[in-house]
Amino acid sequence: MESINQNIINNTTASSSEEAKHIVFEILETVSDPEVPVLSVIDLGIIRNIEIIPASSLELVPPGWEAGGKEWKVLISITPTYTGCPAIDVMKINIRMALLQHGFTDIQITQVLSPAWTTDWISEKGKEKLKAYGIAPPHYTQAVCTADSFQMEEAIQCPLCNSYHTRLVSQFGSTACKALYQCEDCKEPFDYFKCH
Amino acid sequence: MNTKSLIDYTLHLADNALILGHRNSEWCGHGPVLEQDIAISNIALDLIGQARNFYQYAAQLTGNDATEDSLAYLRDEREFKNCLLVELPNGDWGQTILRQFFFSTYQYFLYRQLQKCGDEQLSAITEKALKEVSYHVRWSSEWVIRLGDGTEESKQRMLHAVDELWSYTGEMFVAVGYELSAFSHGFGIDLSVVKNDWDEKIRSVFEEATLSIPVNAWMHTGGKEGKHTEHVGFVLAEMQFLQRAYPNSEW
Repeated sequence: MESINQNIINNTTASSSEEAKHIVFEILETVSDPEVPVLSVIDLGIIRNIEIIPASSLELVPPGWEAGGKEWKVLISITPTYTGCPAIDVMKINIRMALLQHGFTDIQITQVLSPAWTTDWISEKGKEKLKAYGIAPPHYTQAVCTADSFQMEEAIQCPLCNSYHTRLVSQFGSTACKALYQCEDCKEPFDYFKCH
Repeated sequence: MNTKSLIDYTLHLADNALILGHRNSEWCGHGPVLEQDIAISNIALDLIGQARNFYQYAAQLTGNDATEDSLAYLRDEREFKNCLLVELPNGDWGQTILRQFFFSTYQYFLYRQLQKCGDEQLSAITEKALKEVSYHVRWSSEWVIRLGDGTEESKQRMLHAVDELWSYTGEMFVAVGYELSAFSHGFGIDLSVVKNDWDEKIRSVFEEATLSIPVNAWMHTGGKEGKHTEHVGFVLAEMQFLQRAYPNSEW
């Protein structure tokens, strides 16, 4: 959040809803996933929609709104990665905090479940960041997401030495989104952000 | 359809997920090896996440200040609508695995139909959960095969687990009032299709695990209508104690 100059970018400086939307987007890029701090909520692909409504066009003045106060109402749709992932609540709070810090006070965050989140929504930049962080990013096409037992695993590349000579240790890892692998060449254990 | 049936049906789905999630969470810190301890705890988390989504929806339908918490923590045993299978004690690892396999397979085929059902919210919840349940089915079936077709000891334990659990599997496929009402109102769920798919999956995994399916077994029922085994009372006593003793406490 420090990267954004609060004097320049905040709610009251936006002169159009597009500009306000752009500002909101930039703020969201500074809100990270608490489990995988290198990824922002934008990288993760969980922000499904950002809508900006000029406060003046609202038929009802929202509670706490005063004339001369903030100009834009922000509506955000967010989708959870995994059904039981507790990180979603933390991310909602952090999004609200970040927006508040930049002068947006009228914020509505709605959770949507459908269409269900998929790792395909993780941005390219996000995938690069994951690898640099030591987590193997999800493959583009995966054949291992079905319920059939003992499926052939696709070769997962070791994020440390780039070898494909790796093995699955456990389908379930330290968080809901990861599986545990080990590299047979450099011997390092690593997390794989499993396909979903 | 009437709202009462939809609420009851949603609670039934929620209770199944919550009680099994709670049972699985009892393994946390006690799993046979670290990776599998983590796996069963992850599955518990997925199930409790599912339960939360269903309870939130049921609370919204119920109104009257109902919340996901009030539905989970302040209903009594007779109001819980989970199947008997999920409330049974964990037994050994083999029994826990087999129960997970039976139940995840049921959830998998049920959710596959529910995600296309006429209720938008149930469809959204199950579409999402189905991805996770796929992992549960895969993981548990691999374990059933490993243990069934494993050592003399593991085989004996799986045979014992089949004896213990089989008579609790029938209930999943016998629709009670609120299910019939839900199904007849555009849900498009056909339990006989779920049953056929389930039978087929169990048969193929049991065959690979060198286990045989019991024949002509008498089946227990009642859980879906609130008539439970004694075990559910103990689960609730532990789960609900804090909210009962210190109402509205938070941390």
